[in-house]
Amino acid sequence: MTPAPATLPWHVHLAMYLRLFAIQGAWNYETMTGNGIAFALEPALRRLPGGRGGPAYCEAMARQSGYFNAHPYLAAVAVGALARAELDGVPAAQIERFKVAATGPLGSVGDRLIWAGWLPFCSALALLAFGLGASPTTVVALFLGCYNVVHLGLRAWGLRAGWRHGLHVAQALGTPVLRKGPAHVTRATALLAGLALPSAAVGIIGPGRAVLGLVLGGVVAGAAVITSLQGRIAGWRLAIAVLTLFTILSLVR
Amino acid sequence: MIELLVGHLLPLALLGALLGLDVVAFPQAMLSRPIVAATLVGGFLGAPDRGLLVGVALEFFALEAMPFGATRYPEWGSASVVGSALFTPATDGTTGAMLLAVLFALITAGLGGASMHLLRQVNAALAKRQQVRIARGSGGAVVALQLAGLTADLLRGGVLTFGVLLVLGPAYRRALEAMTISASFSRAMVVGTASAVGLAALWKLGRTTPGAPWYLAVGLVAGFALAGGLL
Repeated sequence: MTPAPATLPWHVHLAMYLRLFAIQGAWNYETMTGNGIAFALEPALRRLPGGRGGPAYCEAMARQSGYFNAHPYLAAVAVGALARAELDGVPAAQIERFKVAATGPLGSVGDRLIWAGWLPFCSALALLAFGLGASPTTVVALFLGCYNVVHLGLRAWGLRAGWRHGLHVAQALGTPVLRKGPAHVTRATALLAGLALPSAAVGIIGPGRAVLGLVLGGVVAGAAVITSLQGRIAGWRLAIAVLTLFTILSLVR
Repeated sequence: MIELLVGHLLPLALLGALLGLDVVAFPQAMLSRPIVAATLVGGFLGAPDRGLLVGVALEFFALEAMPFGATRYPEWGSASVVGSALFTPATDGTTGAMLLAVLFALITAGLGGASMHLLRQVNAALAKRQQVRIARGSGGAVVALQLAGLTADLLRGGVLTFGVLLVLGPAYRRALEAMTISASFSRAMVVGTASAVGLAALWKLGRTTPGAPWYLAVGLVAGFALAGGLL
């Protein structure tokens, strides 16, 4: 007879969800997010036979605190899936294989969707709002509201999808939002950022608008120079050099 | 010019600690993005609109360095606190105020990035010390390690913000008194540099996505027309 599928009370789901926000709390170059995965899983593992401190709990905790790396928001998918696998009594070797296989996709999908997509999109939206004269409260609320709707939703969806599908969660990652979404978000970001950049520049320069044409021309030329360097030096480091030079010139003049 | 009061240092360090923590460790809700963090600090010092100005300038730079995995990147939480704390109290028209505030914020961002790299090594050392207990499956060791990492990161941001404001605050005031460039030129210089970095970052993000460079070009043309209408 097949054992009944494991169930998880809502308060355990909630505890895991809240712990996900600190999943990178002990991030390091050796185990990366590994300890965070064990930390987020821990409330679920207490429900293993023998309870907290029992042999099953200790074996699972030891297994889960090893190396793991993923995008911090999509690590929720792994946490849900691993909780399901541990409570369903899936063999340890299968769990280890899943962890190795999940690292790449959960990292790259999250990086493209959030770091290269949604975050710059929300930045561009807030910059445009500033450029159009929105108040500080509106700009901040717009940025935080837009960004965190997706952030909080993605963590909740990931945990639920992982728990529902267990180690077969790859099918949930095949959803069109995750496959095609990043490209659409990138295009929308490009359009919005292009729109936002000149008006935000006008918003900062304020009374000195006579120099605006010169500045915007310099922006395009400067961007071309930074791009041509192809990452050999980061733009913000180059900016430190340029701004330091101008400061020194201004002081000695 | 309103002086940054010594009494503000501790609350600002606390803000730097909390916003520095948000960058990676907890809760990564992007409260640490310059456009948010600098405005919050501006609000704390009584001028959110000035905090927003410096936040927007720093946000352009932040577009370049997203927190991808194990890469090293600048830490914008504490940096935004420093930039806004320096710029907000300066009155409009103060010579070079934005130039220096942004420059010092960028230096802080670099120091913050280096301190995060150091913290990750400390976390690895702490994990090594707990290795035996963790290998035995101790839930207490896992939780303790997580809490130690969070606490260390909180302290890192606080100490960094406090130290930088303590050292660079007086240097900022002295340099402002000696600077000769106009306020509008100072802002134009910052905007030009920041926007160039931001535009290059957007190009880098979008160039591998089919059609995205065209969307950027169309957006820029429309943006220039919109900016012309705003003048």
